[in-house]
Amino acid sequence: MSAAVHEEHAHDPAHIRKVAMWVFLGSECLLFGTLISTFLLYRTRTGDGPTAAEIFDIPFTSISSFILLMSSLTMVLAHHSTGRKDWRQMRVWLVATALLGMTFLAGQVFEFTGFVEEGLTVTTSPFGSSFFVLTSFHGTHVAVGVLMLLVTALMSYTGRWRPDAGMDVELVGLYWHFVDIVWIVIFTVVYLLGV
Amino acid sequence: MTVTTAQHRPYPRPRDYWLIALILGVITAAEVTVTYLDFLDAAVAPMLLVMAAAKFAIVVGWFMHLRFEAPIYRRLFLIGIVAVPILFGAVLFTFGILIG
Amino acid sequence: MTGNRGLWHWLTTTDHKKIGKLYGVTALAFFVVGGVEALLIRLQLATPNGEILSADAYNQMFTMHATTMVFLVVMPAAAALTNYFLPILIGARDVAFPRLNALSYWIFLFGGLFLTLSFFVGGAPDGGWFGYAPLSTQVPEVVRMDYWALGLLVLGLASVLSSVNFITTVLTLRAPGMTLMRMPVFAWMATVVSFLLLFSLPIITIGLLQVYLDRNLGTAFFSAAGGGDPILWQHLFWLFGHPEVYVLVLPAMGIVSEVLPTFSRKPLFGRPFVIFSGIAIGFMGFGVWAHHMFTAGLGPVAEAAFALTTMFIAVPTGVKIFNWLGTIWGGSLRLKTPMLFSLGFIFLFVIGGLSGVTHSIAPADSQQHDTYYVVAHFHYVLFGGAVFGLFSGVYYWWPKVTGKLLNERIGKLHFWLMFIGMNLTFAPMHILGLNGMPRRTYRYAEGLGLDLWNLVATVGSFTIAASVAVFFWNAYRTAKRGEVAGNDPWDGRTLEWSISSPPPEHNFDVVPVVHSEDDFWHRKYTEDASGNAIPLAASAQADPGHPETIHLPSPSYYPVLSAAGIFVMVVGLVYLPWGLSVVGGGAVVTLWGLFGWSMEPLTREDHG
Repeated sequence: MSAAVHEEHAHDPAHIRKVAMWVFLGSECLLFGTLISTFLLYRTRTGDGPTAAEIFDIPFTSISSFILLMSSLTMVLAHHSTGRKDWRQMRVWLVATALLGMTFLAGQVFEFTGFVEEGLTVTTSPFGSSFFVLTSFHGTHVAVGVLMLLVTALMSYTGRWRPDAGMDVELVGLYWHFVDIVWIVIFTVVYLLGV
Repeated sequence: MTVTTAQHRPYPRPRDYWLIALILGVITAAEVTVTYLDFLDAAVAPMLLVMAAAKFAIVVGWFMHLRFEAPIYRRLFLIGIVAVPILFGAVLFTFGILIG
Repeated sequence: MTGNRGLWHWLTTTDHKKIGKLYGVTALAFFVVGGVEALLIRLQLATPNGEILSADAYNQMFTMHATTMVFLVVMPAAAALTNYFLPILIGARDVAFPRLNALSYWIFLFGGLFLTLSFFVGGAPDGGWFGYAPLSTQVPEVVRMDYWALGLLVLGLASVLSSVNFITTVLTLRAPGMTLMRMPVFAWMATVVSFLLLFSLPIITIGLLQVYLDRNLGTAFFSAAGGGDPILWQHLFWLFGHPEVYVLVLPAMGIVSEVLPTFSRKPLFGRPFVIFSGIAIGFMGFGVWAHHMFTAGLGPVAEAAFALTTMFIAVPTGVKIFNWLGTIWGGSLRLKTPMLFSLGFIFLFVIGGLSGVTHSIAPADSQQHDTYYVVAHFHYVLFGGAVFGLFSGVYYWWPKVTGKLLNERIGKLHFWLMFIGMNLTFAPMHILGLNGMPRRTYRYAEGLGLDLWNLVATVGSFTIAASVAVFFWNAYRTAKRGEVAGNDPWDGRTLEWSISSPPPEHNFDVVPVVHSEDDFWHRKYTEDASGNAIPLAASAQADPGHPETIHLPSPSYYPVLSAAGIFVMVVGLVYLPWGLSVVGGGAVVTLWGLFGWSMEPLTREDHG
């Protein structure tokens, strides 16, 4: 990195936290990469249980994927509002993002209970194990993201709101978008390529 | 958006974000459609991977602002993204599974 | 106002120097624990059909000796020195995230205590430090390997958080004028290590999670009967495990790269090459993992590929060795204790590296694998390498941290006892291994030709123990009546020697402006026509720097609180299903800690 760029950013707290977030996201790539690779290894090992083609409901999952994708839009609009210091708008978009995220999670829960009824559980086969662990891990990340979104929205009501609030929303946004792009990969590789 | 964070290109405006979301929706619809078109056969997998990669790049580049900000963020993320297919490609290869 | 002493002060500190000390003391304590485990092993193996340890106890000993030394000694010892010195070496006042730094320490400590707890509740992990499935995933009723999997998960978390912290620190908090290439080599190696951990730990995190699930939920990740593949575990483990060994040795290499120039009164020869070799080792370290699996049936293509990559990785290491030799050559050598340990590093690490190259030849490795030849190899690189390098750093930096110099005569005694002991212990293992003595078996029969060298190795191990006792005696004696060090006892080259010993809490009164590598040296000396160092007049050394009001991060109890919550959670996870309530309790504590933390300003007295 050039000395000039370093000097212009040096010691800027906003930059420091963004660097840390991207470092963290780089690491998370490996985390999900491992889970996805385990799935790729085991996707045809279905034992006595159902296969992907038999059990996946592509239309349903497409809709929930679309919902998550749109939550990235509301997220970036929330961040944009902080630039204008429009805290009310920001809250609206943050809550919208959280709601879309919760809808996605509800869809996951519905989908999983359906699978369990149809005979695919986490212990049925390596396919079942790797599918559920991968998607649950992602779902947990979404849940943590929803929590952070709601906390951020709530904090904006209290006196604890700091002048660099835009950065907090931006960091939450980076995390949220990352969770979304992981799902982009999962939707394609697990669902679409599975059937 | 903080005053102190330097920008290297101007950020998109809200209507640009709506347009990008529309594009993402269209690509998703295309992906799902392609899955149902049986005549495409073996071409489905590469097409899906390309479309997924496009969505991935669009979200990362525009929504996560990587296109518009300091190069260091891009480089940090790229290490992770590049490492995954190489490392796990090798692992899956040893299991006799060729991907893509 | 909190005082400077007392338990509460240490529990809430966010000062990187205190955190470094905490890591150091903890690492030394675990060094003794791991050493005792080794001595018990050696006592058992001193004679054929030994009866000191049962087979079960032996399994626990070799598992915990390795786990302790890797995760609770060498890594935290490097963390101690990195925590203490990285900010100072780059001219900063602290790391990027001081409370996160404290959190890493407390998570590490609780992780170590968690692993130790296992000894007292039915037995320590006994499936090897590498936990091969399905051995590690069967017998879920015995919870030892749950302690192992969860313990490593916790320790890994501490390291990942540290890595994020250190990388961010290096990228954003360097002093004005300190470009990346002007950064000291130790700082560079710490950065490479952080990247290695950042990218390798997630892989094993998933693997360990899968082990835990196989054990406790009945999933089929590594169970052949269930359709899974145990070989997947080996890949996931070694994808982490191999970069991990470079994590263990690179800090030591960084230390050697600081000590040799100081005690040769010459700049590091080929400095950019030493740095780039470190980076290359980092990258290539990710490309060799399956050389641990040459007997696992990967097939000739994979085996040939990994044999080649393994041979290639010797190249950057060789580059470093030659540059270190180039540094010493023609230098004005002072053979003080730090220098002896660094020279010892070079000698011993080369031996270990050579046996490593023999491992790279896959067919030869088939004979060496699972024999004591491998044990010899990795102890030469990890003990002769990492541990000797770390002791070099300890003797080098002790005066800066404590203000007193460790005694030279006792230090030399420590060095020679340790050097002799190390070679007595591990050199014979090459022979034992090639003569067929297998690893991880609690006894060997008479008449196999293994008796003599095992006895020699045991004698060697007790020699090492004696040398460690000498070190502790030196430390104790120095605390009582050691020689005062002053700022710059070694006539050093880097920024830490420009401040007091011990340093003030804020490190630098005035943030230095850096003009070159070895900046401090160049402030003290200029060179004449024949390259001799000419001391500069004191006024020429003064640098105005950047005066500013100094805000230091305030102490906080949220890191230790959050870490305690994590400890409670993992204990609960061992004892499912009734442990679920414990997990819940722990989660509440952790969330309280994290939430309180997010609300707390970094610096309590906040003036604009």
